[in-house]
Amino acid sequence: MTGEEILKVTGILLQYLVPTLKIFGFTLLLAVPLGMVVACLKMCRFKPVSWLTNVYILIMRGTPLMLQIIVVYYALPFLRMSEGLPGFLADFLNGMDVASEEFMFNAVLVAFVLNYAAYFAEIFRGGIEAIPKGQYEAAAALGMTKSKTFFRIILPQVIKRIVPASSNEVITLVKDTSLANVVAYSEIMLAAKQQMMNYSSLVPLFIAGVFYFAMAMILTVLFGFIEKKLNYYK
Amino acid sequence: MSILNVKNLHKDFGKLRVLKDISFDVNQGEVLSIIGPSGSGKSTLLRCINQFERIDGGEINICGMAMTYRDENGKTVYAPKKALHEIRLKIGLVFQNFNLFPHMSVLQNIIEAPVQVLRQDKQTAVANAERLLKKMGLSEKAKEYPCNLSGGQQQRVSIARAMALNPEVLFFDEPTSALDPELTGEILKVIKELAAEKMTMVIVTHEMQFAREISDKVIFMDEGYIIEYGTPQSVFEDTANERTRQFLERYRTR
Ligand SMILES: Nc1ncnc2c1ncn2[C@@H]1O[C@H](COP(=O)(O)OP(=O)(O)O)[C@@H](O)[C@H]1O
Ligand SMILES: [Mg+2]
Repeated sequence: MTGEEILKVTGILLQYLVPTLKIFGFTLLLAVPLGMVVACLKMCRFKPVSWLTNVYILIMRGTPLMLQIIVVYYALPFLRMSEGLPGFLADFLNGMDVASEEFMFNAVLVAFVLNYAAYFAEIFRGGIEAIPKGQYEAAAALGMTKSKTFFRIILPQVIKRIVPASSNEVITLVKDTSLANVVAYSEIMLAAKQQMMNYSSLVPLFIAGVFYFAMAMILTVLFGFIEKKLNYYK
Repeated sequence: MSILNVKNLHKDFGKLRVLKDISFDVNQGEVLSIIGPSGSGKSTLLRCINQFERIDGGEINICGMAMTYRDENGKTVYAPKKALHEIRLKIGLVFQNFNLFPHMSVLQNIIEAPVQVLRQDKQTAVANAERLLKKMGLSEKAKEYPCNLSGGQQQRVSIARAMALNPEVLFFDEPTSALDPELTGEILKVIKELAAEKMTMVIVTHEMQFAREISDKVIFMDEGYIIEYGTPQSVFEDTANERTRQFLERYRTR
């Protein structure tokens, strides 16, 4: 490929960065709070809730994300074909344009959020359970309420403990966005494969690799900075 | 004035009764030491009074407020939540392993409850914290984090933290047991100073010499019972009880 072609392909891939970042950003935005909820459900003292949550986590962590994306994406069209649905649901499903970019994004996002919430939940749970009982007791002895204890005493310590594991997860997420091309969602990998065919060259893949690498590096530096910031105590 | 009054307290862990018919009194300005072999129920007793464990029978009164009382059927009932909170603020607790908040500086540890729970304004709380730190000989350490302090310093901070709520009574559960032997002295000294100021205190300890010097009353516990309850003289010198003698003998030969 000529230098000019490389620049052109880089420009094209750059446009596909936006849908990639959209998956990345929205997944983080939704999976982190959902992960907290899931972590709480798993620690719930009412056993059936804890048990069901655990089944969900096991499935999410035990099957490939790619499979989950495909299942979510095709679930709705298949559901639409089934008989005996209540009227409003059938109308709702029929109203959906399954081929649209918007539907694709939503389906991919649902799969990513469900998957990553399970991983984040385990990280949060590990972090919360690592806080010694004495911290709760010290706060209670000082008359602090449950919510003040959690937000002022427990959570700050949990955050410090989970930064390294979360950092891993977030960097993995950047690279996992490439899985969305399995349902032809327009992200970087999809474009890179198209350009590879176009030019019969591996260079577009190489450029895509540089993109992922750059994003991973930015995140590595960012998390390194956060870790350092939180290092004021042991 | 009675600060703490415990009557016929029972506590079970499942089938195991770990506190049996415990009764005693602490008046204002008094120091009560609780001694006894490990597993005799000393910590559990403190934890019941500090509302970490629910009692299964008996009464606890603190500063004239009933933490638990008996209903018409003789069953033990806890006071409403609001009263329990109020009672808790009358009590300060110092733990064996300090339990300072590691993400907060020494000063923040001390002002946290006054500001967040008592809603003191920050200036008042800081001024009070600085006064307490001075008393503990830790004025220079206000900005340090607990991880940079020795065990003895951490325990002194935790005493200051407990005192910051102006409690009517301070409880200590083996305050020196987690410390290197050469650091126990500084904690015992601080507690002695508090005693000299007539701070009401209940101290679980294995420091027999210290307990004997500092206490107005001593309780010796074994297997969930109060075996001895009296002046240091009566427990340490005059006891006729075989178990008490054996226990004290073990500490004398140490
Ligand atoms: N949370 C608990 N569950 C069951 N048993 C307990 C619990 N805490 C303490 N015990 C038991 O209660 C007894 C008294 O323990 P503890 O109060 O810690 O004694 P001490 O402080 O005098 O060493 C022991 O037999 C101990 O095993
Ligand atoms: Mg104990």
